[in-house]
Amino acid sequence: MSKRRTEEELKAELVAAFPELEGKVRVARERRVWVEVELASFRKIFERAVKELGFSILCIITGLDEGENLGFIYHIADQGGTMLNIHTLAPKADPSIRTISDIFPAGHIYERELIDLFGAKVSGLAPGNRYPLPDGWPEGQYPLRKDFNPAVLDAGGEGA
Amino acid sequence: MATTRIPIGPQHPALKEPESFLITLNGERITDVAMRLGYNHRGIEKAAENRTYVQDIYLIERVCGICSHSHSSAFIQCVEEIAGLEVPLRAKYLRVLIGELERVHSHLLWLGVAGHEIGFDTLLMYSWRDREVVMDILAMLTGNRVHYAMNTLGGVKRDVTEEQAREILKAVDTLEERTKYYIDVATHETTLIQRLSGPGFISKDDVLKYGVVGPTGRASGVGRDARKDDPYAAYPELDFNVVTDDHCDVYGRTLVRVGELMESYKLIRQVLKKLPAGDIAVKSPRRIPAGEAVSRYEAPRGEDVHYVRANGTDKPERVRVRAPTMANLQAVAKMLEDNNLADVPIVIAAIDPCFSCTDRMVHIDRIDRGPSSESFEWGALRRKGIEWYSANGVDFTELNKRFEVRG
Repeated sequence: MSKRRTEEELKAELVAAFPELEGKVRVARERRVWVEVELASFRKIFERAVKELGFSILCIITGLDEGENLGFIYHIADQGGTMLNIHTLAPKADPSIRTISDIFPAGHIYERELIDLFGAKVSGLAPGNRYPLPDGWPEGQYPLRKDFNPAVLDAGGEGA
Repeated sequence: MATTRIPIGPQHPALKEPESFLITLNGERITDVAMRLGYNHRGIEKAAENRTYVQDIYLIERVCGICSHSHSSAFIQCVEEIAGLEVPLRAKYLRVLIGELERVHSHLLWLGVAGHEIGFDTLLMYSWRDREVVMDILAMLTGNRVHYAMNTLGGVKRDVTEEQAREILKAVDTLEERTKYYIDVATHETTLIQRLSGPGFISKDDVLKYGVVGPTGRASGVGRDARKDDPYAAYPELDFNVVTDDHCDVYGRTLVRVGELMESYKLIRQVLKKLPAGDIAVKSPRRIPAGEAVSRYEAPRGEDVHYVRANGTDKPERVRVRAPTMANLQAVAKMLEDNNLADVPIVIAAIDPCFSCTDRMVHIDRIDRGPSSESFEWGALRRKGIEWYSANGVDFTELNKRFEVRG
């Protein structure tokens, strides 16, 4: 196996390709690199990381309630075990993101979780069953948002 | 020929867990599979936000009844990274010890389930009987057969004595001998080989495309293993092989798992031989400083991924969990394509989807005899069971003679 790319080399590669990432890449420790990106440039950076920097493994997508915004972290890994964690924000007023299931077909399940549990809007998803909430779950109730109150379920939602 | 659509699940005798498959058939051949999941969603991620880190260790351990140590380790590695805790080396070795014993009991459990799904119930009876050897060892070390509660923030809660180490080595010798027998069966028993070869085929390219993890991916020639790729605990200091196979089908997944059992025995022996002296835990603060971390752990079924975000309080801001079945189920539709309907149970079982087993102590209230009650320790309950059966004409004496842990 060839020598593993160091985290600092990865950081330099990212900043060279996308100057707007200057100061936005953080090396947390060996094998862990975190990046903050604007939603508008997320897609091109993500695609580059997957297709050209070798981050061919989608580990997970994490949703976050960050006050005015919804946060999304795409955790991707390369063969050497380095994880690149790309964080982006979308305003709760319009939490629209584009699917990555065209790149990672199995990623749709994590995106369906973002839709059900956080109320994200994901464009470009193929039709399919919702996940993980049941049919009849009350509209507009997103359990992993911080202001979610389970009492609404007692008010007659079938999914309760 | 007209197509037929058959719903299987969410409750179905062929499935051990609630999940729903809508299968489209052309004759006996599967042409399409639609899946519906979520029937067992318990809201653990939300619950974790409302509990302290210490409470969360026990909550997260209950994500899975089989891979309990895997989930608590993946969670705790995140918290320890955020808090900057230096886990003592002895604790790291002990985490590997429990992790590998857990892999042994999980793989033996799977072998029995696989046997059952293909109508080979003798294999089920044999492998589950052998599994009791490792369950007893786990109970001896931790006080429980599953949900060991071994992990704590900054280390582990219990040490291993020299006497316990001797018991483990004896058990490993027995298990290794039994596993060699299973390897012999898996490589020479024609009926088994023919039944398992072919169903559930998934190519290496599709494994990479769908992000398949664990033994399922390794059986299609993808040598990924978080213990090697993203090493944690004491794995960087231990010598073991990542077992792969290129059959790409249910048979390949069987060979990988029995092969991994042998690697686990190797790891357990190394841990006990090299176990460094020292503390088993460092003190952890109750409040964890703000920060975030993500960790990977090679559970018996594949890679667990956990993410934790801390906000400076004693409760996490966010906990995210991905179990390996979540990754592997996405590929099941692909594996079932163009298979026979009759292969559905073994193909689904071959990714080793997860179900819970937990049993420790029985408390019996005899309402017909007033307020008196009886409690049984595990050993006493087992003796009572054997006595009850022998009183009813079933005698285990001969069987037990042939299967004593070598001393």
